[in-house]
Amino acid sequence: MRLSYPANVLIIQIPCSGRIKTIHLLRALQYGADGVLVAGCREGECHFRTGNFRARCKVERVKEILDDLGLGADRVEMYNLSASMGPRFAEIAQEMTARIKELGPNPLRGPRPGENVAAALRPMVTQT
Amino acid sequence: MIVAEQKPLKEIIAMTSPFKKLLIVGCNECVTVCHAGGRKEVEQLAAALAMAAQKDGRPLEIKEVTLERCCDPEYIEQVRPFIDQYEAVLSCACSVGTQYFADTYPTKWALPALNTSFMGGSLAQGIWAERCAGCGNCILHETGGICPIARCSKRMLNGPCGGSTGGHCEVNPDIPCGWQLIWDRLVALGRTPDYAKIMAAKDWNTSRDGGPRKIVREDLTI
Repeated sequence: MRLSYPANVLIIQIPCSGRIKTIHLLRALQYGADGVLVAGCREGECHFRTGNFRARCKVERVKEILDDLGLGADRVEMYNLSASMGPRFAEIAQEMTARIKELGPNPLRGPRPGENVAAALRPMVTQT
Repeated sequence: MIVAEQKPLKEIIAMTSPFKKLLIVGCNECVTVCHAGGRKEVEQLAAALAMAAQKDGRPLEIKEVTLERCCDPEYIEQVRPFIDQYEAVLSCACSVGTQYFADTYPTKWALPALNTSFMGGSLAQGIWAERCAGCGNCILHETGGICPIARCSKRMLNGPCGGSTGGHCEVNPDIPCGWQLIWDRLVALGRTPDYAKIMAAKDWNTSRDGGPRKIVREDLTI
């Protein structure tokens, strides 16, 4: 399809959006990510029945925490799309990047946030 | 179990902001089951407090530890080797655990991260409800297994009151009338004549009216 999405988006693969824990989203922001986009399957189409609903609950919880911290609830968002919706993914990545640019950089951002986030999160999401 | 919920994050940030070295302690018992103060919640709270401090430019060193039980001296002792390195303990245990820290370590601030709410159980994932008021003199055998002290808003022993409408309580229509529940149980058990028995006034000395309570089991003390 040769679709493009912003190069600053770091992708961390997980087996199901239900694997997401609140701490994963918090750690991403703590280590300097400007925002986090959770892409789960479409509602009603979760292979594990409720994984994407659970992910949405976690995202809502993190939004509350970010609001309390004054970092802005809009830095995290949940989107529902299927694995075959490549064009929609590119559109969402652009939409989220535009939103984050408007919010400005994460005030907790240090040097090399991408590397820090990847180093912190990849082992966490593969832990049992 | 004891059911608790985390205090608003802003309140916890305000409470902990004077401290630069904080020990956050969770409990593996009731508050883990009700998702208020177990290992996961300690981890999340520590991350949130670290982010708050970083945002404000405050130095903050946090250690996270979750004990097997915070209402038992032998487990509270487990933090003794390193507690001196921290200015305060933020307890994610119920208020019993927080007080155990205050009692055991008199020179350390013991801060509560939770509001301890009631004794109850879970109705479904994420929903908990009160079932016991700890009155110290159980009468469930007389009321079909439904407690009028915990489940009637007025703690009536001979109910219902005039505020019971369609099985709901006048205090809040979302609350089922405790005495309606008792009646329904007596019907199901075929014990409706028991309803006519008038219960005598309760002796509240076994409850909080007798002051803070203590149980001593001579056969267990050494």
